[in-house]
Amino acid sequence: MGRVIFSRIAGAIPVIILVTLITFGLMRLIPGDVTAALGGVNSTPAEREAIRQNLGLDQPIHVQFVKWYAGLLRGDLGRSHLLGKDVTQTMFERLPVTLSLSAYSLVLTILLGLLTGMLAALRQNSWVDQAAMMFAMIGVSMPNFWLGLMMIVLFSVHLGWLPSGGYVPFMQDPWGWFRATTMPAISLALLQVGLLARITRSTMLEVLRQDFVRTARAKGLPNYLVVGKHALANALIPIVTVVGIIVSLLMSGAVVTETVFSIPGVGQLLTSAILNRDYPMIQGGLLIVTLLLVGINIAVDVAYAWLDPRVRYERG
Amino acid sequence: MADSVVALDRPGVAPEASGRRVRWEVARRLLRHRSFQTGLALFAIVIAAAVLAPWISPVNPNKLAMRARFLPPSWEHLFGTDNFGRSQLARVVYGAQLSLFIGTAVVVINAVFGTLIGALAGYFRQLDNALMRINDAIMAFPAVLLAIGVAAVLGRSTPNMILALSIVYVPRTARIVRSSVIVIRQMEYVQAAVAAGAGHLRILRRHILPNSMAPLMVQLSFLFAYAVLTEATLSFLGLGAEPPTPTWGNIMAEGRQYMREAPWIIAIPGAALAITVMALNLLGDGLRDVLDPRLRIQQ
Repeated sequence: MGRVIFSRIAGAIPVIILVTLITFGLMRLIPGDVTAALGGVNSTPAEREAIRQNLGLDQPIHVQFVKWYAGLLRGDLGRSHLLGKDVTQTMFERLPVTLSLSAYSLVLTILLGLLTGMLAALRQNSWVDQAAMMFAMIGVSMPNFWLGLMMIVLFSVHLGWLPSGGYVPFMQDPWGWFRATTMPAISLALLQVGLLARITRSTMLEVLRQDFVRTARAKGLPNYLVVGKHALANALIPIVTVVGIIVSLLMSGAVVTETVFSIPGVGQLLTSAILNRDYPMIQGGLLIVTLLLVGINIAVDVAYAWLDPRVRYERG
Repeated sequence: MADSVVALDRPGVAPEASGRRVRWEVARRLLRHRSFQTGLALFAIVIAAAVLAPWISPVNPNKLAMRARFLPPSWEHLFGTDNFGRSQLARVVYGAQLSLFIGTAVVVINAVFGTLIGALAGYFRQLDNALMRINDAIMAFPAVLLAIGVAAVLGRSTPNMILALSIVYVPRTARIVRSSVIVIRQMEYVQAAVAAGAGHLRILRRHILPNSMAPLMVQLSFLFAYAVLTEATLSFLGLGAEPPTPTWGNIMAEGRQYMREAPWIIAIPGAALAITVMALNLLGDGLRDVLDPRLRIQQ
């Protein structure tokens, strides 16, 4: 197991180096005189010079390059010129909000996705199957920000059941947190629910055809044990591999969902950074989220090897 | 699928003729496929709306009518009007034009560069490692976030949007082409061509690429859906074409302020977007079932 963990981390190093390189290169794509755009039309040359220095654009590219990596190793991603605060620190202040929303959404995804997919597989070709797959298709096609807006119109404006936005930390007021995050979590989850339901259905159908399922039935096990214990345990293995993709989609989706529901997380931070051309914030935010995902994917890979011994011996 | 393979192997049939027969057979199967039919019908409606925009709505989508602000949908204003009294019908159908244009451009760029990069990586193993590491790195970023980053840096415009979406999605397409090229490269008929002295270019063009088109087609139809959805998301966040250009994302971003009084301003373009994305997903499902039965979700 130790070897698996080591090899996954070693394998991720080139990706991490390239990711940091791409993020560095991205900021060099800014066309024209960025300082004029940032400072506004009326900015004085001195103000523009200050912006240039803050972005490090006054130095030659190789110096910028060395500085970027030196800063990176110290966890220093520069200062947000919008907030006037350290990028890394701001990101870590906002991350818990996004992570709690994503975690809630992930739980909904797994519950609803597995349930829909299993129902469809167990009642293959029936109306249950068709309805479940129709639901999954709607899920993968529905723009999450639009769904969020429509839910606000219905549940907040018309029915007044839930707040239309805002955030309450879970530790402060669990019920308030629940009320504030339920609509965002649902609108964020639906796409992933659709994906997971489709994958669960096809894996489940494959597993249900296996000999060991037939044996379990033949020895007279009740259906819930055959499905719940033998089939599901084996269907879960390939499903674990898509968790990485699901988390990646959740992080992308959170940007928009947080904007729609005014949730002060990483997504909203990045949206306001975009609108205000706060380049250090965009750059640092993109990098931190991506590195987080690389870490999550390593964890998923290790979990996969732990669940399925075949993987451990083949590739380990 | 079985009989179309037979058609290929049948002796005495000229390759051109059998190729046509296979294509006909594929078309016939697609048209009988339930989700392909639904997808095709829905997508045809969207295309018709975009192409016929000037006839559907003779009103200029940017024409202001301050007396006709916030009118709910009615016979006179089918989709209602917005905060400037602009016809929402006009804005939604012109928005369809831009969505489809951007989607098509991203699909074409992916078809060209995805195939090029995928074929190079899959065929020339020396290049594989370098190309795929870069691919992996780009794919490590969450797709929409990277598109947001690129679009934010480049500035808001339609060409920049297309560039941002292409940077994000080409590696994904290349990966799919690469994996089918790797499989096909080891086929006996490719080895036969190598033995017969065919050059790399000829082998790639005549033998490998035509046989790796099926997964690419499937990928491109899903890609069209992602591109349309991501474009709308980015322009909702203020990274698309500058207002007052009507894009579905722009309309919803502007309508958001008024969603209490005039929910139709966001409801209708969002529904149009959802229908377009669903149509493309259904088409993709159909293509996958017919062209690439290995990937089929069991029926």
